Amino acid sequence: MRTDDLIEALAGDSAPLPSRALSRTLGLGLALGAVVSVAIMVLWLGVRPDLMDAMRTGPFWMKFAYALSVAALGFGLIERLARPDGEGGVFGPMLLAPLGVMTALAIYQLWGAPEELRMTMMLGHTYQICERNIVIVSAPIFLGLFWAMRSLAPTRLTFAGAVAGLLAGATGTFIYAFHCDESAAPFVAIWYTLGIAAVGVLGALLGRSLLRW
Amino acid sequence: MVRSLAGDGAAYATLLRRLNGHLRAYYLRRLGFGRSADAEDLLQETLIAMHARRSTYDTSRPFTAWVHSIARYKLIDHFRRNKRRAEEPLDDMDQLFAVSDSNAVEARIDVDRLLQRLPPKSRRLVRDVKLRGLSTVEAAQQNSISESAVKVGVHRALKSLGAEIQDEES
Repeated sequence: MRTDDLIEALAGDSAPLPSRALSRTLGLGLALGAVVSVAIMVLWLGVRPDLMDAMRTGPFWMKFAYALSVAALGFGLIERLARPDGEGGVFGPMLLAPLGVMTALAIYQLWGAPEELRMTMMLGHTYQICERNIVIVSAPIFLGLFWAMRSLAPTRLTFAGAVAGLLAGATGTFIYAFHCDESAAPFVAIWYTLGIAAVGVLGALLGRSLLRW
Repeated sequence: MVRSLAGDGAAYATLLRRLNGHLRAYYLRRLGFGRSADAEDLLQETLIAMHARRSTYDTSRPFTAWVHSIARYKLIDHFRRNKRRAEEPLDDMDQLFAVSDSNAVEARIDVDRLLQRLPPKSRRLVRDVKLRGLSTVEAAQQNSISESAVKVGVHRALKSLGAEIQDEES
């Protein structure tokens, strides 16, 4: 095809883009994935039966706040990395903030607890399945985000993949928190973080091959 | 580009035509002038990618930076693909091309590295006159200095580069 003809063809297809089209694409990928994730959580794991009571307690909101703040920062970061000339900017270092707060909270709780309780606070009763469940619940969101990213233009593929993974992991964790009835901060700081990080590592590993364009 | 995103087809066509020239020069210079077919392929690929991914342009940022990032990504992708092809011993022609490719890249990198040693003003002059092929008059206009200043500047820059190369080799 001659380049001049190509230019004519491209110029002929110049339908106006909706404003914030990039955020919409990412949001759509995230939302579609989240719908499937919620379905998996409800049908396979089930919402915790004491949800209404739990909502009146602090630890419940602590888990949500942790997952949501990581997800919000991850979304800010992925919006930048989806652009070819995008830099991470302040969002990358800011991700350390929720992690730091969560770690501090965990240490504070362990400090004040009697020694024989500390192990239980760290392991809970679901530590063997928590991370695995988070990865499974996050998987549809992961796919949705990668699908969205493939129509965008990331140039730092490993980094973008890692952030997409973190965002998927954090959103998946948020959804998983409706099922999980652990309430100790040390448990959340260890196992939720590991779950989110695992999805992030997966994203980093797959970014180079899946996000190429 | 802002008008193109709002759906102005005529503005978009003008923009693409202008980019066309810039991008062809960009790829020809980096691939070597003997590989114009590859450069043309890359050019088309870049235009299509730009079009399909135009939602990733942030209107509050410089348009040239966005185009450059896409062009560079496609160039790197091209080299990576060719290298991979060269590693698989499928046929000799491919390997032959891959070798000449990498030579061109290395030469390009060397030239860039050398130019980095010049002060910014002389670097720009050498780029304009010796690499982009502008005439002395054009370079003088673009840098808003006199023609003789261009000639002297380029001459001095090349001389100091020559001295540096000899130092390096001895």
